[in-house]
Amino acid sequence: MIVLVAEPHAGRASRASLEALAAAQTMRAPITVVLLGDGADAAARDLAAADGVVDVVVLDHERLHAYAADAWIAALAAFLCDTAPSHVVFAHTYQTRDYVPRLAARLDRALVTDCTGVSPIDGGAAATFTRPMFQGKTQATVALDGPAPHLVTIQIGAFRADAVRMASTPAPVRVIAAAVDAADIHQQVEPPFREAKQAVDLTRADRIVAAGRGVGSQDGLTTAAELASALGAELAASRPVCDAGWLPMDRQIGSSGQTVAPRLYVALGVSGAIQHIVGMKGSQTIVAINKDADAPIFEVADYGIVGDLFEIVPAIVAALK
Amino acid sequence: MRIAVCLKQVVTREWHVRVNASGTWVRDDEASWGMNEPDGCALEAALRLKDAHGSEVVAISAGPARVTQVLREALGRGADRAVHVTGDDLASGDAFTVAAALADAVRGVAPDLVLTGLQSDDQGFAQVGGVLAERTGMAHATIIVGIEVGDGRVRVKRELEGGWFQWVTLPLPAVLTIQSGIHQLRYATLKGIMAAKKKPIDVVSAPARPEGGPGVRVLSVAVPTRAKQIRLIDGAPAEAARELVRALREDARVLGPGDGAGVSAHTVEPGA
Ligand SMILES: Cc1cc2nc3c(=O)[nH]c(=O)nc-3n(C[C@H](O)[C@H](O)[C@H](O)COP(=O)(O)OP(=O)(O)OC[C@H]3O[C@@H](n4cnc5c(N)ncnc54)[C@H](O)[C@@H]3O)c2cc1C
Ligand SMILES: Nc1ncnc2c1ncn2[C@@H]1O[C@H](COP(=O)(O)O)[C@@H](O)[C@H]1O
Repeated sequence: MIVLVAEPHAGRASRASLEALAAAQTMRAPITVVLLGDGADAAARDLAAADGVVDVVVLDHERLHAYAADAWIAALAAFLCDTAPSHVVFAHTYQTRDYVPRLAARLDRALVTDCTGVSPIDGGAAATFTRPMFQGKTQATVALDGPAPHLVTIQIGAFRADAVRMASTPAPVRVIAAAVDAADIHQQVEPPFREAKQAVDLTRADRIVAAGRGVGSQDGLTTAAELASALGAELAASRPVCDAGWLPMDRQIGSSGQTVAPRLYVALGVSGAIQHIVGMKGSQTIVAINKDADAPIFEVADYGIVGDLFEIVPAIVAALK
Repeated sequence: MRIAVCLKQVVTREWHVRVNASGTWVRDDEASWGMNEPDGCALEAALRLKDAHGSEVVAISAGPARVTQVLREALGRGADRAVHVTGDDLASGDAFTVAAALADAVRGVAPDLVLTGLQSDDQGFAQVGGVLAERTGMAHATIIVGIEVGDGRVRVKRELEGGWFQWVTLPLPAVLTIQSGIHQLRYATLKGIMAAKKKPIDVVSAPARPEGGPGVRVLSVAVPTRAKQIRLIDGAPAEAARELVRALREDARVLGPGDGAGVSAHTVEPGA
């Protein structure tokens, strides 16, 4: 049996949870879905109808509404000790990053993170996993050792939410009182907020030129800006460019910034880390210019030029004239 | 207050990753090495707390002899002392192995605050901070972009997805995993580098790994094959640029003839 730990989002199962469910379905074992947090009841109904899901459990406790790592760890550690699954599958979200490593350490069970592929072996009793290493420049195949359950987190976007197969009859949904002791929760959490000055809405842009660390400096950014103005495009950036203060944070594309899908996305000196890719891979046409022919950005691009952006970009600006 | 900072030495981003002949690891005998990027941010956060509160900063790194490079760099930037945890399988070990090694060292230092990076640039587990917190019995919070130290507690700003944040308060001692961009980094000054030569680096050995315990074993390493069809355009810059503009206009149809400063003589907007 596999346990899938899903995250509710706005009263539905989050897209990332559906992707993780699609990954769990490839393991061909019965699935128990577990939900915690606000909106868990409603999200439970989304997941109960999926093929392979035999049981949906909502863990309930007054301290399981607003997320706090220690509460999630206590509730899931107790639940997993009772259910004894072979694998526990999570989406590799920020919440997962926050509590699952500590959960694995508490259970003393192996954890593999950010998986892009799952290959069941021995009729589904075990599996090997693929995951990126060295910033996505290599991919490793790994096996997990030690007693079950093995914990697995699935990279965002690696599986398709619309690949989730549906069943004819939905599984039952049960609400279980969770074992959480308020004294074990050390995080005192305040409500989530956004920075007030979120001035630019890049989600409406028809064309975007994104500058990566390859632009080298604030000065180097002017080359990207010239292309943006020649194309009538918005200027955006990867995280290091915003971290360095070359462009304001509200122009960052990626998991902690904006998610965009313009008709044209031109990535200049962007390596293509997964946290950047998730924010732009829905773009209609992607152009990548990078001096490293092996940069992962070329995996998602439609057109690519391998070379120095400071030679190529001015030539493109000239060719547009 | 005493702050421990965990620093991993990783191959530099500029190093061209090559897989070894047996396809089991990378050829890192030929690599260039540096401090894991978010760990540099963790060190900077520790040094800012030192500037403000007069804390002692202890840099810790686990790995082979070469990792003293990042410890020297940390001492040069302003850390007070360092601990090098040695062990054969630490360089390519899984998160539990590394966290066990760091936990012993952290217990020895007995800090109020432990700062790690949120993720290593090489293995990218995003696990060591959380596992270390459990092994040392400290409170924890991750993906931190702001720190306010109070009396026996720390209030931290966590980054959430999509531009959202959240403040969380923890009792000390605590482990925080630091996100890039928390501060602009300082560099080692010549004076700092000279002073660093006199600062101590303690060497301790990592605990033996228990047999049959939980672990993640790398079976093989490969350069990924490209999933999507990409059109690579080659040629001299001017030639490649002209071909790209043509393809965007005529094949992808994402540019019109009016895009750019003028209209290219031979282009007709498709479907116009
Ligand atoms: C939890 C988390 C959240 C994150 N959120 C985000 C996010 O929202 N957005 C984001 O972008 N990142 C995010 N990151 C960071 C991400 O992992 C990468 O570190 C980052 O995207 C790398 O940015 P880059 O591609 O600009 O820089 P690098 O990875 O340093 O790549 C620079 C590229 O430029 C190329 N280059 C250099 N010089 C030239 C030249 N002259 N001409 C052409 N090419 C050149 C190089 O070959 C290289 O490929 C996040 C990371 C984590 C762990
Ligand atoms: N060998 C190591 N020595 C010191 N710190 C480490 C080591 N490995 C990981 N860390 C710390 O743990 C963080 C997360 O690493 P990881 O879990 O590998 O992604 C890093 O940013 C470092 O701060």
